[in-house]
Amino acid sequence: MPFLTEEQAKALMTKVLSYSKADECEVNLSFSDGGNIRYARNAVSTSGAIGQSSLVVSSAYGKKLGVATINEFDDASLEKVVRRAEELAHLAPENPEYMPMLGPQVYAAPTKTFEPATAAIDAKFRADATQQSLKVSEDNKLVAAGYLENSAGFNAMMNSHGLFAYNTSTNVNFSVTLRSPDGKGSGYATKGYTNVAQLDVAAATRVAAQKAAASVDARALEPGKYTVILEPAAGVVLLEYIGQGMDARSTDEGRSFLSKPGGASKLGEKLMDERVTIYSDPANSILPTSVWTGDGRPQEKVTWVDKGVIKNLSYSRYWAEKKKVKAVPGPDAFIMDGGNQTLEQLIASTEKGILVTRLWYIRMVDPQSLLLTGLTRDGTFYIENGKIKFPVKNFRFNESPVIMLNNLDALGIPERVVSGESFQHAVVPPMRIRDFTFSSLSDAI
Amino acid sequence: MKRRDFLNYSGLGAAGMFLQGMPMVGNIISAEEALNPGADTAKKKQMADVALNAARSKGATYADVRIGRYLNQFTVTREDKVQNIVNTESYGLGIRVIANGSWGFAATDQLDNDSIAKAAAMAVSIAKENARLLKEPVQLAPQKGYGEVSWKTPIEKNAFEVPIKEKVDLLLGVNDAAMKAGANYITSLLFLVNEQKYFASTDGSYIDQDIHRIWPAFFVTKIDAATGKFETRNSLSAPSGMGWEYMSAKPADKIKSVTTLYRNSYDMLEDAKLAGQQAGDKLKAKSVEPGKYDLILDPSHLWLTIHESVGHPTELDRVLGYEANFAGTSFLTLDKWQSKKFNFGNKLVNIKADRLQPGSLGAMGYDDEGVKCGQWDIIKDGILVNYQTIRDQAHILGLNASQGCCYADSWSSVQFQRMPNISLQPGKEKKSIDDLIKNVEKGIYIIGDGSFSIDQQRYNFQFGGQLFYEIKNGKIAGMLKDVAYQSNTQEFWNSVGAIADASDYRLGGAFGDGKGQPPQSNSVSHGSATTHFKNANVINTARKIG
Repeated sequence: MPFLTEEQAKALMTKVLSYSKADECEVNLSFSDGGNIRYARNAVSTSGAIGQSSLVVSSAYGKKLGVATINEFDDASLEKVVRRAEELAHLAPENPEYMPMLGPQVYAAPTKTFEPATAAIDAKFRADATQQSLKVSEDNKLVAAGYLENSAGFNAMMNSHGLFAYNTSTNVNFSVTLRSPDGKGSGYATKGYTNVAQLDVAAATRVAAQKAAASVDARALEPGKYTVILEPAAGVVLLEYIGQGMDARSTDEGRSFLSKPGGASKLGEKLMDERVTIYSDPANSILPTSVWTGDGRPQEKVTWVDKGVIKNLSYSRYWAEKKKVKAVPGPDAFIMDGGNQTLEQLIASTEKGILVTRLWYIRMVDPQSLLLTGLTRDGTFYIENGKIKFPVKNFRFNESPVIMLNNLDALGIPERVVSGESFQHAVVPPMRIRDFTFSSLSDAI
Repeated sequence: MKRRDFLNYSGLGAAGMFLQGMPMVGNIISAEEALNPGADTAKKKQMADVALNAARSKGATYADVRIGRYLNQFTVTREDKVQNIVNTESYGLGIRVIANGSWGFAATDQLDNDSIAKAAAMAVSIAKENARLLKEPVQLAPQKGYGEVSWKTPIEKNAFEVPIKEKVDLLLGVNDAAMKAGANYITSLLFLVNEQKYFASTDGSYIDQDIHRIWPAFFVTKIDAATGKFETRNSLSAPSGMGWEYMSAKPADKIKSVTTLYRNSYDMLEDAKLAGQQAGDKLKAKSVEPGKYDLILDPSHLWLTIHESVGHPTELDRVLGYEANFAGTSFLTLDKWQSKKFNFGNKLVNIKADRLQPGSLGAMGYDDEGVKCGQWDIIKDGILVNYQTIRDQAHILGLNASQGCCYADSWSSVQFQRMPNISLQPGKEKKSIDDLIKNVEKGIYIIGDGSFSIDQQRYNFQFGGQLFYEIKNGKIAGMLKDVAYQSNTQEFWNSVGAIADASDYRLGGAFGDGKGQPPQSNSVSHGSATTHFKNANVINTARKIG
């Protein structure tokens, strides 16, 4: 299937719905085309091109739902997939939590989630970008490993109650790790955009090169509580646990960090420093996202944490109806407000502290307190009197992002960043945090 | 379709958090369709030859093709409700070539001759585009062609053939047992995998394989309404390379300890009942006093420590730097192997790689570049003696053949070095779990896997668990909670005090081990007997917020 326009997608899905005999029928259509290149030891290792399209048909009889998918789009295949979904619905047990499909929805104006320049990336572009990155690595006598991937596609949905939605998107992600040939230094940079024109592979590689060279011969500091500056790539992997943890049902069921005894929740309570505001907004100019969700709900601007106060929880449509509240969907991407200082200014105003480039292998230790563990990696430095003094050995931390955001000292200018754990994009400021808990040392470089 | 969309459409959204790293993109089909045999080997051979010939004609000096039909079945329930039953099928062809000394790869789900030839041409053109970024041409270890051969997981009963109703009844029964035993919530699931893989290469191999895996699991939560505290207890099952026979618990496979432990088959109902009780016991358990403790680690826990601290650092691609940007490198550098005296562990520590072990997740006849599977020593009497390699790495170790560690999680993914089963060998002296416990003055007995994290070179790690019991003067003294231990890989494996004998040997495993960019999933088992580690650092993980 080619990249369909809104009108072409509408025509195809109208045809699919015309085959339906079920009480309700919903069609989701997706297409994505992209490629990737991977390099290591200063040479390309693997690369590939992947095109995928899929049509999902959900048919319901009463509270019995059947779902079938297909990646062939001739008339016979389209009718076959509808019949299959209906057969599966007949066989399915009744789902007491089934929600009738939505009627027509009003969505905000489409956001700028698609850029033609990104959609035009080809194998030559990827090889050229890799060559630029390798040149920086070789000029600095370092060893590079990196990855570039791009995708372009559309998502559309339509149902028998008259709902229709369509969105196009592009994405490009780049990350690189440079290491000294003797393995004593390592530096990292990552960038992700909707528009490839914003991506400067050589500049990102230079940042990684500088960190790799500067991190050689790290000294060991005693584990303990330190003031830290978390660069956005380090902060995002902790903050996203808050973003993912806003689900109302698990909160109401008593098994979330936002639960209180007896089925109550911490909604409306101040849990963090008053400078902490976290929201989602499809129209954000740095990180535009779709104005509708995969189940057809409008995606609007929602403030999750407002000046440290838990302001909203996300709901499935079933749970919202049960609780008689608006069914606010979970965010596609989160944005955290920041301050006016650059990372360099944050460093310059730090008396004693540790600069963290990246945090790695993050795992939940205790969902009750959102306690997380993980390690620093690829550029950890000691700051004294506003200057980076020397590289330090990596640490393991045990810290809750909720406690961390109570110990907030200063925020810098937010920027778009890719999580190295979930690969989701977010807008996050560099953060200076007091009393961040490092529990042991690691010999890893 | 993106993973998140798939979870949404398939209704697996809530269960998705338990299935991290699993490849789960494919077409949703009926349970009956999953039993269709798929294309016969003659048809697959014809398609493979189209691909190989097209690649050669475009200038490839080597090519291999994989035609894969990957079937999954998920049955997911919570409390008294079926959440979803989904069958998926993913069918297509991937072709990998060497041209101008460089690798190229392309894949297609359109299996007519023209589309196959086009994919082969695309793979060759990518290889040629990338050749300008090469430092040295790919060097493949020699591999003879096997002709037309086949291999099947030796299952007793295909789990896909078991009626869905029987599976739903089992899971709802499991939920009921846990709830009656005190659980507030439970999610339970059955996850089945059947990989039907056909491999062919310009070396002259045509290999047909039929691989089965099964994973039954549940996740129990117990809440103390008065305090608002909650505790969880996950199943102690081992995902296995078996059929439905894994679900028929044999009395001889049960080991009675502080809870029932399982060897080659699993009693899900019994474990759920115990889990319901134990989640409640955990709420009342004593919070651990941090400090130094001896650890007695059950195989249901130790598999994950072996996986992270032995399996990953002995992957040769990590050692060489191919994973430096994501999964990381390894502290087990080549000089440590070359020295022949690097004390990875003490003399009690013997660790083998094994791609043939019956019942294991990693068992297969041939890997995804047509190399016959086998077994070899990784750690011998405590010394690092070998790694895990594939064809384009074997020469680096001076080997003249690959060790058969190449795997791709889909026809659409390029194959690369993945972990075989890596297992700690049982102790040679006759010793039971009780024999180990009675020699511990101050310790903790840990069962089941929990939170896990390790650095990118595999030195520093931290592990939690499911059940923790205090050991005082050789006796179990009650349950603990909020336990995690931290250590350094080499110190940890040099602190082994004793390993139980072969009668206690059991497998655990990972159904979805992630590695690579873009990330791919791998299934791998790790065997061990209960093991005593001396003087580990234990931390308390309880915190208070708000």
